[in-house]
Amino acid sequence: MAKPVFYDEMMVAPEALRPHYQAYGQWLNNLPKDRLARKKAEADLTFHRLGITFAVYGEEAGTERLIPFDLLPRVIPADEWKMLQKGLEQRVNALNLFLHDIYHGQEILRAGVVPAEQILRNAQYRPEMQGVDVPNNIYAHIAGVDMVRAGAGEFYVLEDNLRVPSGVSYMLENRKMMMRLFPELFVKHAVAPVQHYPDMLLDNLRICAPQGVENPTVVVLTPGSFNSAYFEHAFLAQQMGVELVEGRDLFVRDDSVYMRTTQGPKRVDVIYRRLDDDFLDPLAFRQDSMLGVAGLLSVYRAGRVTLANAIGTGVADDKSIYPYVPDMIRFYLDETPILNNVPTHMCRKPEELAYVLDHLDELVVKETHGAGGYGMLVGPAATKAEIEEFRSHLMANPNKYIAQPTLALSTCPIFVDSGIAPRHIDLRPFVLSGKDIRMVPGGLTRVALREGSLVVNSSQGGGTKDTWVLEE
Amino acid sequence: MLSRTADHLFWLARYIERAENIARLLDITWQTSLAPQSIESASRNWQAALSCNDLLASYSKTYSDVTAENVLAFMVFDAHNPSSIFSCLKAARENAHAVRGTLTSEMWETINSTWLEMLNVSKRKLQDEEFSGFFEWVKTRSSLSRGVTFGTMLHDDAFCFIRLGTYLERADNTARLLDVKYYLIAEGEPVGIAADYYQWGALLRSVSAFEIYRRVYRDSVLPNKVAELLIINSELPRSLTTCMTEVASMLEKLANQHSNETQRLAGQLSAQLRYVKIEEILEEGLHPYLEKFQNRIYDLGMRISHDFLMPMRAA
Repeated sequence: MAKPVFYDEMMVAPEALRPHYQAYGQWLNNLPKDRLARKKAEADLTFHRLGITFAVYGEEAGTERLIPFDLLPRVIPADEWKMLQKGLEQRVNALNLFLHDIYHGQEILRAGVVPAEQILRNAQYRPEMQGVDVPNNIYAHIAGVDMVRAGAGEFYVLEDNLRVPSGVSYMLENRKMMMRLFPELFVKHAVAPVQHYPDMLLDNLRICAPQGVENPTVVVLTPGSFNSAYFEHAFLAQQMGVELVEGRDLFVRDDSVYMRTTQGPKRVDVIYRRLDDDFLDPLAFRQDSMLGVAGLLSVYRAGRVTLANAIGTGVADDKSIYPYVPDMIRFYLDETPILNNVPTHMCRKPEELAYVLDHLDELVVKETHGAGGYGMLVGPAATKAEIEEFRSHLMANPNKYIAQPTLALSTCPIFVDSGIAPRHIDLRPFVLSGKDIRMVPGGLTRVALREGSLVVNSSQGGGTKDTWVLEE
Repeated sequence: MLSRTADHLFWLARYIERAENIARLLDITWQTSLAPQSIESASRNWQAALSCNDLLASYSKTYSDVTAENVLAFMVFDAHNPSSIFSCLKAARENAHAVRGTLTSEMWETINSTWLEMLNVSKRKLQDEEFSGFFEWVKTRSSLSRGVTFGTMLHDDAFCFIRLGTYLERADNTARLLDVKYYLIAEGEPVGIAADYYQWGALLRSVSAFEIYRRVYRDSVLPNKVAELLIINSELPRSLTTCMTEVASMLEKLANQHSNETQRLAGQLSAQLRYVKIEEILEEGLHPYLEKFQNRIYDLGMRISHDFLMPMRAA
């Protein structure tokens, strides 16, 4: 079987660099052989000392690992980013309009663009949010849109993460590390800066404070230090200069949320919560949640505290809703979608299920509520037994799944023991919505470290690299 | 600041200080054990190292004989002993991890890399000749943490809670050390002046005060003067007076609506130490005095916790 040819971000053909990689490629060629290995060791040591780690579920409590960091940057030329940025603004704008509509007039359902039962029976739909007004009508204050590049280089949106997207701290730390390891590269290239993200985030959160609050108090709510993304929660709180709180630090009294401080209770106006809806308020959602704040929902519904992201955003990033996003853009904005969706088979439809079952060895099948690369099947990489096991899950519960063609994801060179080799990558830009939509250029590039693997999630052994958007 | 954050900072500081003091105690016991002496007397020294920290009972659950090897294993590496250096550094790191956003990056890095190195050491264990170097290392890391805290941290409430923890813990440790040495020497077999000299010299060294004693008293090492130095001298960084002056002054800065009584008790203790004469203490008996002092320290710790750190009711 011929080896499939993938779009490579750096090389247009063997020995031929793409224009935006010219300067970098030349620099790389002239590098003394052992320099990368030494820099790699330096980077790992520094990350360890800094404790830039993530916790791994299912291993001994408190197990922490480094997210593997790759030394070679992923470079995006200015014009490509300009297109992506426009497309992301359009898409996130439509998603916020959709959420507002779903929790108010539901015009998109009445127009029959999205089937009503897909929304109203969705576990991520929160009836508690019906008719609740949120500041600036923003639901997804922070969105992480996963993009891949496939085929001859066209971009696709793989999924919209509108609940608690993570990874932005690695974007920032990767840049810091690259500037420390290879300062000379930043002299040679006009790399668009990203370090102001925390400022932008804080500003965005303050803009979305409840009406009438002059100088809002913002906090970051974390499930605690054993959460896999705890480093990021602490990092963002520190960078923004706000308190990092756990549920037990907050309480509700007289229709307001307070935090317990050494000087007595202090009112909280905006909560950047890194906790799923289910755990936010034991009185409203999961009663066994030890992580939330009793009574939070009622304060929220009364408009006396802002949650970012809003409750109930999951109904828009559910994989069963994903196929409708281009229709949302047409419906709300009357525009042509700039970014492509991946063609998606909805297994709840019998004819599409039949097709999926016949082509399991070619498709990627995902749980509609899944995240983090758990509970998915990559057909071409799976064994016969794995496919058969998945088939029984799929037949028992077709509503739970969607399927997509296995995309020939683009590759980018990474540094490995044997030298430099291509691996598949994706891109997660972080899009902030407040009075307008803002983002820092680029985002987090994730890498599937295993040769041939298409799964980039850090929980599945993926790594990351610095992402450079070149300025014109 | 958040009460929980203050709690983590307070305990972070206490655990670092405790690790240092345990290292000091073990170091000096180790060195003393190298001097010529009977097996019983050697064993009694190691036993004192345990009873000083109220650890005899939990020690004898796992170990039978009180030997240098066993006590070092228990006090340095034993993860089940909450007072081992290993456990203290682990707890310090865990507390720091929980509030790493409040610490400066330099502080976090210092505490984190101390723990990572401790982990390495615990995996390979130590040879006899390495223990002295290891205790030096623990003291150096503690000094480094303190220096980095002073040198990089905003001198705000968070800083005050750290210092509060440090000095409260240190007061407790100095009192224990003094108490146990006094007991050891008073209860031991009658020994010559020479042996006493080594015992008291060891105690002074364990709080880095041997040369200081010489400078202050220009005299041979006498028990009452040692006690005076460690309890009353307001210039010695590890004396009870110094510690309590700091505790009272930190509490004054941190005062809130509930903390009046705590401030009053800390101020009272600090004032009593400043104006007491060693003769009065000896008249009362050193052991009862130190025991009472430790109880008051314990009570202060509980009150601080109640007033600032865990006001978990929605007051």
